[in-house]
Amino acid sequence: MADAAVLGGAVPVRRWVAGSGQSGLRVAVLLLAPFVFVLAVSPWLPDWLRMVPKDWSAPFVGWINAVVEVLRREEIFGLLTFRDITRAIADLIDYPLDFVEAILVAGFSDSVPGLPWIAVTGLAIVLGWYLQGRQLGIVAGICFAYMAIFGKWELSMVTLSVVLVAAPIAGAIGVALGVLAYKRRWFETLLWPILNVMQALPHFSYMIPVAIFIGIGHKAGTIATIIFAFPVMARLTILGLKGVSPEVREAGIMAGCTKRQMLWKVELPAARPTLMVGVNQIIMLCLAMVVLASFVGAKGLGHDLLNRLRSLWIGQALEIGVVIVFMAIILDRLSQAWAEKEPEHAREGPFHVRHPFATAGIAVVVISYVLAAFIPALQLWPKSLSVTTAPMWDAMIDAIVVHAFDYLELIKDTLLVHVLIPMRDLYLLLPWSALLVFAVTLGWYYGGWQVAVIQALFALYLAFAGFWERTLITAYMVSFAVIVCVIIGSIVGVWAAAGPRRTKVVELILDTFQTFPSFIYLIPAIMLFNVNDFAAIMAIVIYATIPTTRLTIFGLRTVPHDIVEAAIASGCTPRQVLWKVRMPLAFPAIMLGINQTIMYALFMVVIAAFIGTTDLGQEIFRSKAENDAGKSLVVGLCVAFMGLMADQLINAWARERKKVLGLE
Amino acid sequence: MDAKIACRDVWKLYGKDPEGFLAAHNGDPPDDAIAGDGYIPAVRHASLEVFPGEILVIMGLSGSGKSTLVRCLSRLIEPTAGEVLFDGQDLLKMPAKELIEIRRHKMGMVFQHFALLPHRTVLQNVAFPLEVQGIDRGTREKRALDVIELVGLKGRDGYYPRELSGGQQQRVGIARSLAVEPDVWFLDEPFSALDPLIRREMQDEFLRLQTMLQKTIAFITHDFDEAIRLADRIAIMNEGRIVQIGSPEELVTRPANDYVANFTRDVAREKLLTVASVMEASTDGETLSDTTVRPTDKVADVARLIIDSERPLRVADDTGRTIGAVSRAHVLDVLFSVEADAHG
Repeated sequence: MADAAVLGGAVPVRRWVAGSGQSGLRVAVLLLAPFVFVLAVSPWLPDWLRMVPKDWSAPFVGWINAVVEVLRREEIFGLLTFRDITRAIADLIDYPLDFVEAILVAGFSDSVPGLPWIAVTGLAIVLGWYLQGRQLGIVAGICFAYMAIFGKWELSMVTLSVVLVAAPIAGAIGVALGVLAYKRRWFETLLWPILNVMQALPHFSYMIPVAIFIGIGHKAGTIATIIFAFPVMARLTILGLKGVSPEVREAGIMAGCTKRQMLWKVELPAARPTLMVGVNQIIMLCLAMVVLASFVGAKGLGHDLLNRLRSLWIGQALEIGVVIVFMAIILDRLSQAWAEKEPEHAREGPFHVRHPFATAGIAVVVISYVLAAFIPALQLWPKSLSVTTAPMWDAMIDAIVVHAFDYLELIKDTLLVHVLIPMRDLYLLLPWSALLVFAVTLGWYYGGWQVAVIQALFALYLAFAGFWERTLITAYMVSFAVIVCVIIGSIVGVWAAAGPRRTKVVELILDTFQTFPSFIYLIPAIMLFNVNDFAAIMAIVIYATIPTTRLTIFGLRTVPHDIVEAAIASGCTPRQVLWKVRMPLAFPAIMLGINQTIMYALFMVVIAAFIGTTDLGQEIFRSKAENDAGKSLVVGLCVAFMGLMADQLINAWARERKKVLGLE
Repeated sequence: MDAKIACRDVWKLYGKDPEGFLAAHNGDPPDDAIAGDGYIPAVRHASLEVFPGEILVIMGLSGSGKSTLVRCLSRLIEPTAGEVLFDGQDLLKMPAKELIEIRRHKMGMVFQHFALLPHRTVLQNVAFPLEVQGIDRGTREKRALDVIELVGLKGRDGYYPRELSGGQQQRVGIARSLAVEPDVWFLDEPFSALDPLIRREMQDEFLRLQTMLQKTIAFITHDFDEAIRLADRIAIMNEGRIVQIGSPEELVTRPANDYVANFTRDVAREKLLTVASVMEASTDGETLSDTTVRPTDKVADVARLIIDSERPLRVADDTGRTIGAVSRAHVLDVLFSVEADAHG
């Protein structure tokens, strides 16, 4: 066993387990035994080992707020407070923000208007055409024209301008951190865990600190977006640079590159494919966040969506939701096409032959301005001509409610009364010490004592941060939702993996769904089930099923062909091939999908608090209302640590499993 | 003649504290100590010399340490111990700046998987080593175009690597390594990733270039046929050691051990061996045929003559002096009786 040193004491236990024919059963018994034992003796345990006493909570909230207070009030060198500095930096963001918004829609003054909507639409077509081909050009054109014709042009352009400003800044920060981590080992060891926590923190945890140090408003939303989005780029930069083939690096050295030339001329360009994945992700994260950042005052589509949802104007909310979806689709397709675009040798000739698309772009802008000067409707689509779909959506929802109300209520009530509420009560009864023991056992078995210690620290934090009950409720909602997600996801995945056509269709749907900002998923949940735990769980399920499905398909389809052929040649029926060969081999991939599903569910559960749940998310919302930065961070970390615990265990398990199966 | 590039007693060990470990064993640890202390030996005790204008092929199976050794020669990998002499200067003691200068002007390297920069055109790739030296664009592109023409890619200079076939990509790799007109040329399995037919074509191309350019070459391969086709001398490596260095003929006729003999067993010996290596030096008492062959002739080329003759042929040097005789029996030995030679 290669990592015997890491696993330490777990090794003899593993030998014992492996020595038996029914090792699966033995593992289960072994891993559950300590948990069951604590559970069994819990009636005799002192109270504090079962429920965390109220007055025992560590004063994390107070500490953080004290730090925040100092940063707000105390002056550094007697000149400025930390908050003054952050606000000054934040004010800088106004320049690019105003500039891009002015170009896209607002205009620089009355005499210099922004781009007419037909110009932006035309440019989108040219860009799509250039990056991939005519088809993408047409899709881009339709998406942008829709925004104009359906009366959401200005909102859309404001949202787009935030993305166009936040994504490059977040990207630059991410690349800079990534490069530094690549060059300096100590910085990587420092940065990596921070990135892990940042990527597991729910969106809202970023907002309150930002609101406190920068204030509420459009630029605060932009800053929150940047902070939310940069970790993914840092991570992918490190991965990309490490993935540069050693030969390419050696070619650089042999050419006599200095370190700086190496980085800029060899390593970063060679890491382009990975960096471009980061560009796509960062753009999508920015869009998702800017929609949510309306909570701290970002303008644009999210702001209006939030207001409509608050007033339960579902039809109008849906209408905005559709625009956001269009925006997501087109940004995703364009950035992916950009990532996949390979350089091609240029044709010889004058400018317009060498650069046909640049020429077309310039032509579009010039012609649009000229036309818009004569026809105002081409500058800004007039309100009177705007089409609204809200009444149609409202009618549809009414129809659903009228015809399906009883059934929906029945499903909801049955589940609530017979499953959800008993499950919640059961969770609330669990002693924290038993859960701690369980986490530590799993960690020790799959990852050795180091993982066990980290699991213990996370669990202790959760128990003593002061929100244990909320944590349990969150755990109950998430675990129920994850179970549903896994059932649906693996069934759909198995179905879709059965043939290339099915795979293609389902993957297209998944790709599209995955690009939607998570906020969007609340709309149908509220629409059908109003505001309660059940609706929240449903929103989670819709959103979090995606990764399990995707990785089930991936796992099944990447099982090596010759193994499948060998199984068929041995006389397996299709069912046997699936259950005896493909599923076991795909299992590590499926587990990683479930891991992501848990992460997605934790993110969504916080957002779902918006529609009234009693979990940690609700606490985050409350802390936002109270402007309590300490609480929002402490609770945010609760959510993050829950995710990281699951993440660590599943990854340790999957690593080992892959090694056993020789899939590495 | 002084070696252009040489290494003496080069070691490369991987493990916890390789320097300390080597020092503790006076620089020559026994095998069981290396394995026992958990060190992985990539190169052990390697010494070789490459003379100006010579092609030295370093041959070995994967994991034999040949790639590591050639990287020690260019100091892409820092050897654990030993000396690497370039024009008599020790590369390992050289400060980083001087090393960069040597790489910029005196070394070129070709890689197995081409290692082209995907975001640059053929022209920009070939001009890259000149660009990092800070040579202005006009000069470097002119020079690059010359080299591109030299390797037969004229007209493709605006293409990107992915638009080219494997063979063409390696031509770009070769052009790039030649752009700075280096003295020493390292080629790390340059043709291994290519189809057999293309490989053959590229070997011819390589020999053509070498006849023109007369570089000092360290060429790595795991293919013994390639080695004997190209090499002036071959160094065979096994488990990090250089087992034998010699001309292809020497390896075939006098393999140092069974490992070398194993490689040479299937070689088409008649194409490799010269008359000189199979002839009998004493001609006493025998009546020789009137037909004459030269000692440098390959056996394959003169086999027909020898076999058709009733009597042994006379072997004469350039001045016409008789230096030996070669008979049917000798030719048959070469063609069939491997063992006899292996012990000769």
